[in-house]
Amino acid sequence: MNPQGASRPRALRAAIGALLCVCALVSPAAQDGPEADRERMVNFFNERFPGVPLQDYIYGAMIVSADARAQYEQIMEFPPFLGDLDAGRRIWEKPFRNGRTFASCFPDNGRNVVGNYPHYDAALDKIVTFEMALNRCLEDNGEPPMRYGEREPLGVLSAYARTLSDGMPMNVKIQSEKALVKYEAGKDIYFRRMGQLNAACAGCHMHLAGRTMRMEVISPTIGHATHWPIFRAGEELMTFQGRFNRCMEQMRAAPFGYNSEAWNNLEYFLSYLSNGLPLKASVFRK
Amino acid sequence: MNTHADRRFFLRTWAAGAAAAALGWLQPVLALAAGWNKSAFQAGNIVGAIEFAGVAEALPSEDIVIKAPEIAENGAQVPVEILSNIPGTDQILIFSDKNVQPYVGLFEFKNGAEAFISTRIKMGDTSMLRAVVRANGKYYVRMREVKVTIGGCGT
Amino acid sequence: MTRPIRMRVRLDGDLAEIRALIDHPMETGLRKDSKTGELVPLHFIQNLTVSLNGKPVLETQWGQAIARNPYIQLRVRGARVDDEVSIEWLDNQGERGRASAKVPPPG
Repeated sequence: MNPQGASRPRALRAAIGALLCVCALVSPAAQDGPEADRERMVNFFNERFPGVPLQDYIYGAMIVSADARAQYEQIMEFPPFLGDLDAGRRIWEKPFRNGRTFASCFPDNGRNVVGNYPHYDAALDKIVTFEMALNRCLEDNGEPPMRYGEREPLGVLSAYARTLSDGMPMNVKIQSEKALVKYEAGKDIYFRRMGQLNAACAGCHMHLAGRTMRMEVISPTIGHATHWPIFRAGEELMTFQGRFNRCMEQMRAAPFGYNSEAWNNLEYFLSYLSNGLPLKASVFRK
Repeated sequence: MNTHADRRFFLRTWAAGAAAAALGWLQPVLALAAGWNKSAFQAGNIVGAIEFAGVAEALPSEDIVIKAPEIAENGAQVPVEILSNIPGTDQILIFSDKNVQPYVGLFEFKNGAEAFISTRIKMGDTSMLRAVVRANGKYYVRMREVKVTIGGCGT
Repeated sequence: MTRPIRMRVRLDGDLAEIRALIDHPMETGLRKDSKTGELVPLHFIQNLTVSLNGKPVLETQWGQAIARNPYIQLRVRGARVDDEVSIEWLDNQGERGRASAKVPPPG
């Protein structure tokens, strides 16, 4: 394994290149279905991290370090980014020109809805994310949509709105063959080697999860989708797709981009794998 | 974070800017009590910082309890808790030896405040975190190494 | 510019646990603005005082190494329900902040 601190691309490629059987564990050819994929993935990590309860996977790389987790808990008791959540709350609560609000677009005023995203929309034949739903709410009410990937207003709005679903178990559904196509498209991306480093997401986040690379502990796939956005260093707001972009750049590949079909399908796939885990939005990360 | 459970105790009040003084706010206590040890805060090395902070001959003491990370997740937000069990404590001073300016801050306790502070600090590099306590005019110290790394990814 | 101070006070017997998060950039003067490329000027709280019923319980002198959006937690003996906890601060650019909260009943 790479020694701590060594981060030469060649060494990285060698380590990942040696993992020829990435596909053996969750094989696209096996076609047992998403639930079988998820169970295999959970079993894989149960063996890698014995004794870690499933719901703890929302803490990502911190499952290997009580020291990291203690810092997270101290900061999350009274996080430094409350100002951003307030800004998001003001956007959420501010009425549109027609007098309605974001809450009116969602069941139960937007409480406990995020676990149902992303979902497959048959009319559009596309995966719809929670952020797309926020924009659809704007458009349905005669307001201009917000730009994906921007910190304000959509970033902080979503940072707040997602917290209304804290504790809700992820509950992504695949209810048709067409939805399954999107799931499989997302899965394909996850296992696809990309970029100059010829790395696949699964290469690190499955096989090297818990190990250290570039002085960071690699987080496991299960739990990934449950805890967004993050506030890095307590201030830099980063969304799930923002992380996809950054990670893809780190693998020396041009990223797909916010709200691309590729990222929406990937988010669908990864969220399904985290089904059952309790969501927690707007969290501190290093 | 659970703002719902804390709502009962959670009061958020808007801070007054300097302009508020013109609106008839009481003269802030700070105008009278403020002092700021410029030479200590601007000292670029730990020896100078400690000297300018007025700390003379600090005895090591295990009655100072430091809770700090072994490896800081992020050097910009390092949670630190210091408790002094030394009777008569009226000051806790925090230093981070390898910071560009090692003197982090002074906390003075009065009128029933316990000799305890929990806060978050910036640490630029792996360093000794130094908690100095003043009790009955004498100084005591406890140190703890905190590692600070700069990683490549982090989620 | 008005910067919020968020306070949470809890009473246990006669011990008040006071926690606060103070919105403030605590700029070190060493950071470059990502848009302009210019150094963001030094801007940090130098003095902060916590008072109980008008009497100071915590007085601080801070450097710019206190973290952004500073957090403090302290404990004060001899507190009672309805006591007033107030926080005020002064920064190196002459800005001030102030907030207060009442000690709530326990439970």
